[in-house]
Amino acid sequence: MTYREAVRAALRKALRDDSRVFLMGEDVGQYGGAFAVSHGLLAEFGPQRILDTPLSESAFLGAGIGAALGGLRPIVEIMTINFSLLAMDQILNNAATLRHMSGGQFHVPLVVRMASGGGRQLAAQHSHSLEGWYAHIPGIKALAPATVADAYGMLLAALQEDDPVFIFEHATLYPLEGEVDLSAARADIARAAIRRPGRDVTLITYGGSLGITLQAADALARQGLEAEVIDLRTIRPLDSQTIMDSVAKTHHAVIVDEGWRTGSLAAEISARIMESAFDELDAPVARVCSAEVPMPYARHLEEATLPKAAEIVSAAEGMLAHHG
Amino acid sequence: MAEITNEAQRTAEVEKDHALFLLREMLRIRRFEEKAAEMYSLQKIRGFLHLYIGEEATGVGAMQVLSRDDAVVATYREHGHALARGIPPAALMAEMYGKVTGCSHGHGGSMHFFDAYRRFYGGYAIVGGGLPIAVGLALAEKALGKKGIAACFFGDGAVAEGEFHESLNLAALWKLPVLFFCENNLYAMGTALSRHQAQVDITKKTAAYNLASSAVDGMDILAVEAAAGRAAAFVRGGGGPYLLELRTYRFRAHSMSDPDLYRTKEEIAEWKKRDPIALFQTRLREWGLLSDADLARLEAKIAAELEDAVNFAEASPLEPPENLLRDVYGTVRP
Repeated sequence: MTYREAVRAALRKALRDDSRVFLMGEDVGQYGGAFAVSHGLLAEFGPQRILDTPLSESAFLGAGIGAALGGLRPIVEIMTINFSLLAMDQILNNAATLRHMSGGQFHVPLVVRMASGGGRQLAAQHSHSLEGWYAHIPGIKALAPATVADAYGMLLAALQEDDPVFIFEHATLYPLEGEVDLSAARADIARAAIRRPGRDVTLITYGGSLGITLQAADALARQGLEAEVIDLRTIRPLDSQTIMDSVAKTHHAVIVDEGWRTGSLAAEISARIMESAFDELDAPVARVCSAEVPMPYARHLEEATLPKAAEIVSAAEGMLAHHG
Repeated sequence: MAEITNEAQRTAEVEKDHALFLLREMLRIRRFEEKAAEMYSLQKIRGFLHLYIGEEATGVGAMQVLSRDDAVVATYREHGHALARGIPPAALMAEMYGKVTGCSHGHGGSMHFFDAYRRFYGGYAIVGGGLPIAVGLALAEKALGKKGIAACFFGDGAVAEGEFHESLNLAALWKLPVLFFCENNLYAMGTALSRHQAQVDITKKTAAYNLASSAVDGMDILAVEAAAGRAAAFVRGGGGPYLLELRTYRFRAHSMSDPDLYRTKEEIAEWKKRDPIALFQTRLREWGLLSDADLARLEAKIAAELEDAVNFAEASPLEPPENLLRDVYGTVRP
């Protein structure tokens, strides 16, 4: 099953299991979803459950908040993360605030899914990784499923939350093949996952960067260096414990984050390691992030912008050579 | 013949009761706002304070046509809506004092009153930000087969926001039971309607969305009530959303920090001649429904209620700071 099919399977299960669940977004119905995630769902569930919306991100995201307040379990799809900026008023000022601002009287059980990330030559308005911005906001949860199984299990887990949950699906993952146990319980989104155990260096990543991070770990293994790969899975709230436990074991950490370096999620994780595990470190924490430019169109420039396995390898080698 | 006379008398009594109720509701808002201004100048209330004085007939008239089943979405100038919806003044005063007994536990303040029990979904302080919420509430009512409608208050400033246009289109496209109440007080903070809109007739904007609308004199409480009743009947009857423009005027400055430099004293004085409370009192006296004694009783009752509200706010405890993070997230269901 592909990542795309896993998301669809989770949507189908949610729609079948709970009559309050509905999917709303641009081209989710007749078109079948810009990334074909919701293909076939309109025919199966009808126009009362699969709602094509106008290109009005703020209105339909806000309508999702209102529908959640009114007793439904909306799933809103935003076509890509750059478009979500059009709905940022509703996201930050309403979805994230209503529970606290109302003194706990109201809550917003809303799930918002969107594609993110680069690698498809879609240039500077369709390719960014702004997940770190979302991870900055108290009142929401932010998930970045990196595997096919998580694409399924984390969406089902998100629907059990009583707060707004944002799911970032890296667009290059949709064709990814993997195993999913459709009868399995929903994923535990409170915990990061160790995708590869190792003793020499901790590689911390999430979402679309898991693939290159595992490649880097393979390359390091060929040199006899055992990297531990942590897939954060949930980027707000962060599972600091898993990170600190690993750093206490390896004493070296490289953070791989497709977001821009300045003010990034990588910066937050780095600071936390400094705060909680400074004495464990044998070398400064390293970061591999995207170059700080708007995403260029040309293939070679886009490749130059995005984090690469070779950069992760050289960051790990560098710190192990000096301090290992 | 005797029966007819009795019937007519009963009707007149009911009308008198209702008329005095409307007067009481408006007067209560006016006196509440005056008290709030007083407490603000004493620095008991901080932050922003936006007073509803002059606009009382719009909120009170509109609220008469809503039932307990309906959802209400309001703005940052929502004291009047909250009071007319039935939230006790003590809970509102305590909220503005930042006390835990406030209607939002002191988390919201003047601009963010909430009351789940009364389906008051809050004061929204980003202009236009409440409209999509109201659309979603209406969507839920419809999808769940409930009978409520969503009533959404906003000002003339909001019609310049994209969320106004997106929300009207979505509500009309999906034929949702939303009643949009545009309280047009002619100013978006300090910018006159004619200085921010190419088309100043707000009812004309809805034609682009195939959405029914009309306008009413927002200084005439009975006219507002009647027009709101017709609008609500249209929405409840399945006609889809409706926009009612309530033409009103804000007598006080935008907020307590506004020096009011953008309009003339003459203009304000001219509008004050059409003070909705004074106008209604005059009519009630002409009809023999209001005496000096009635008014004195009303004022005394309101004054006592507001004194109680202030005392309650003063005496109420603050939320313990250790609860600071408690309502950021809820519990996760197993």
